[in-house]
Amino acid sequence: MKKYIAAGLVAALMSSVAPASAATQIEFWHAFTGRLGELLDEQVAKFNASQSDYTVVATNKGNYSETLNAGIAAFRAGEQPDVLQVFEVGTATMMAAEGAIKPVYEVMADSGLPFDQSVYLAAVAGYYTTTDGQMLSLPYNSSTPVLYVNKDALKAAGLDPEMDLSTWEMVGTALDALKESGSKCPLTTAWQSWVHLENLSAYHNVPFASKENGFGGLDTELSFNGDVQVKHIDTLGQWAKDGKFIYSGRRNEGGAPFRAGECALFTESSAGYAGVKKEATFDFAIRPLPYWSDVEGAPQNTIIGGASLWVLEGQTAEEYKGVAAFFNFLSSSDIQAKWHQDTGYLPITMAAYEATKASGFYGENPGTDISIIQMTGKAPTANSKGLRLGNFDQIRGIIDEELEGVWNGAKSAKDALDSAVSRGDELLRRFEQANR
Amino acid sequence: MEKRVVFNNRWLPYLLVAPQLLVTFVFFFWPAGQAIYQSAFIPDPFGLKTQFVGLGNFEYLFGNRYYLESFSTTAIFSVLVTVSSMSFALWLAVLADRVIKGSSAYRTLLIWPYAVAPAIAGVLWLFMFNPFTGIIAWMLFQVGYVWNHNLDGGQAMALVVAASAWKQISYNFLFFLAGLQAIPKSVIEAAAIDGASFWRRFWTIIFPLLSPTTFFLLVVNVIYAFFDTFGVIHTITQGGPQQSTTILVYKVFADGFVGQDLGSSAAQSVVLLVLVGILTVVQFRFIERRVHY
Repeated sequence: MKKYIAAGLVAALMSSVAPASAATQIEFWHAFTGRLGELLDEQVAKFNASQSDYTVVATNKGNYSETLNAGIAAFRAGEQPDVLQVFEVGTATMMAAEGAIKPVYEVMADSGLPFDQSVYLAAVAGYYTTTDGQMLSLPYNSSTPVLYVNKDALKAAGLDPEMDLSTWEMVGTALDALKESGSKCPLTTAWQSWVHLENLSAYHNVPFASKENGFGGLDTELSFNGDVQVKHIDTLGQWAKDGKFIYSGRRNEGGAPFRAGECALFTESSAGYAGVKKEATFDFAIRPLPYWSDVEGAPQNTIIGGASLWVLEGQTAEEYKGVAAFFNFLSSSDIQAKWHQDTGYLPITMAAYEATKASGFYGENPGTDISIIQMTGKAPTANSKGLRLGNFDQIRGIIDEELEGVWNGAKSAKDALDSAVSRGDELLRRFEQANR
Repeated sequence: MEKRVVFNNRWLPYLLVAPQLLVTFVFFFWPAGQAIYQSAFIPDPFGLKTQFVGLGNFEYLFGNRYYLESFSTTAIFSVLVTVSSMSFALWLAVLADRVIKGSSAYRTLLIWPYAVAPAIAGVLWLFMFNPFTGIIAWMLFQVGYVWNHNLDGGQAMALVVAASAWKQISYNFLFFLAGLQAIPKSVIEAAAIDGASFWRRFWTIIFPLLSPTTFFLLVVNVIYAFFDTFGVIHTITQGGPQQSTTILVYKVFADGFVGQDLGSSAAQSVVLLVLVGILTVVQFRFIERRVHY
């Protein structure tokens, strides 16, 4: 590994000396730090070493929100990068910014490089594709929620660690036993809105918002206060009251107690795998996200979270060619397979999935293919293709607030979701107004 | 009895104040003017198109229950931070003023927290009170009290107030101590000889003579609570749970730079501008009258 990083560094050094040979510079702003940042730099170094026409310069600009802000501010100042990593909730903002973005399909077509949209996983690429099938941004890091199980905790509660936990009803039974045996934290979650409303809706094939979850137009209205969602949140609220569901925060704060062995069950992104594998001193398993067995058509498929790469307007044709070459490189199956195996993010092409399967990785790391199976098991419907809602970062904030009201017993599930819908609709109308 | 210095040159005074005026214009009037101008529009984040809405942004704001609640949240937060940090600092200053041995060591130690940046102060307190791993949260659990500021708005408020006040105590302490040391010892000693108790001396001599310092600190602390506590709130609660710690300044940031709603953010800045103007007038008109210089 060390040798590899050293090689990467040498490559990076060489490429930073390279401008003497007038390689075109491609600016790439991203939101990754730590281990993910290292892996990203490694990809970039590999690309730079693989050819001499272009040099990709990757720069971290803070977290997702900060990176998006930096990109927007730079665009206003006329100094935008070529490529900007934007999280999935910023998709509608980017899409609406006609004149600021250059769609990926256009970049690829102009470059003359081969580009076949059908090699990408539909469930992943669909999130970033127009209703008529044109890819707007390149999926980069995508994950989907799964259930992490602390098998030792199940055993301690007298349960079969291999027990079936595919439905919420079964999870309920397990939680009863866990609580009874004195577990302090039977179930916790990360990203509550993403897992328990956005994915819940897709997984049960019910709409999260009208107009195909916003894919069909800006005049979309939220609709996650339907029966399925109310029932689910109501159940979780009841579990919270009984001390079976422990709320640990809006983001992935629940990861720490789960990895420390305090929590038995944990719903979290498949990209949490690397962390759990590294830190957990107990026997754990990954299971598909549970569903309600009484809902017809469930389980449908889950949707993704993560980020994609957007190309910004206003650069030279030569730079766009470089971007296209870089995107082709990122989509190649060995790069994708390695990314998938290192991080737990989904591969973006079917070929990378097949390559990983052939390498025997899934056999050695059981459960790591669940995310892909869960996403690709059924062809996505209008309800499970993804979400495209303006001001969605703020709407998630509202959902978080309202759900917190349910967890602490201040509100009923129905009231909280109704209120979240009406407050969220206000923001959708504001977004519609700003982008008219 | 004002002194008048007469300038013979007509332009010299203007020239002398010009740098100050320039700074005020560039860093205050210009951005403030921009904020007022922008508050009448709803732009898209990239600045590609913009729509004139007149007072629409203000209508939207004042029709929003959570925005109105943010005013009382801000009031509660500011009063708690100001009162607790100032009274605690005064108490420490009075104690430190009486200490003779090793006083410089005490004073230095008490001034330390001021060197801590608000965001770091926030993280420090968050570590101690983290519901799962925090040492104080754990201690509270041992005595049967469940601490989870992610869910309990009151606890969240207590935590951000404590972190914000803690950071400001040092600053207040420094000024109170200087103020105490500037009070002539002869006055206090005379009162002591007359048989006045410590508390009587404090309330009738020390506190009134300290009032210029107290007034100054009141202004500084209110401004601190309004504007500089942003880092603490951002690191500890992000304004939650249920917006129970969303103060006005935090909302300006959250709507503008997380939500990309620049029109609403600009309108909120204008409201804040007016509010601080009113507050300053109140402080100087009504409270300063009771100050003995």
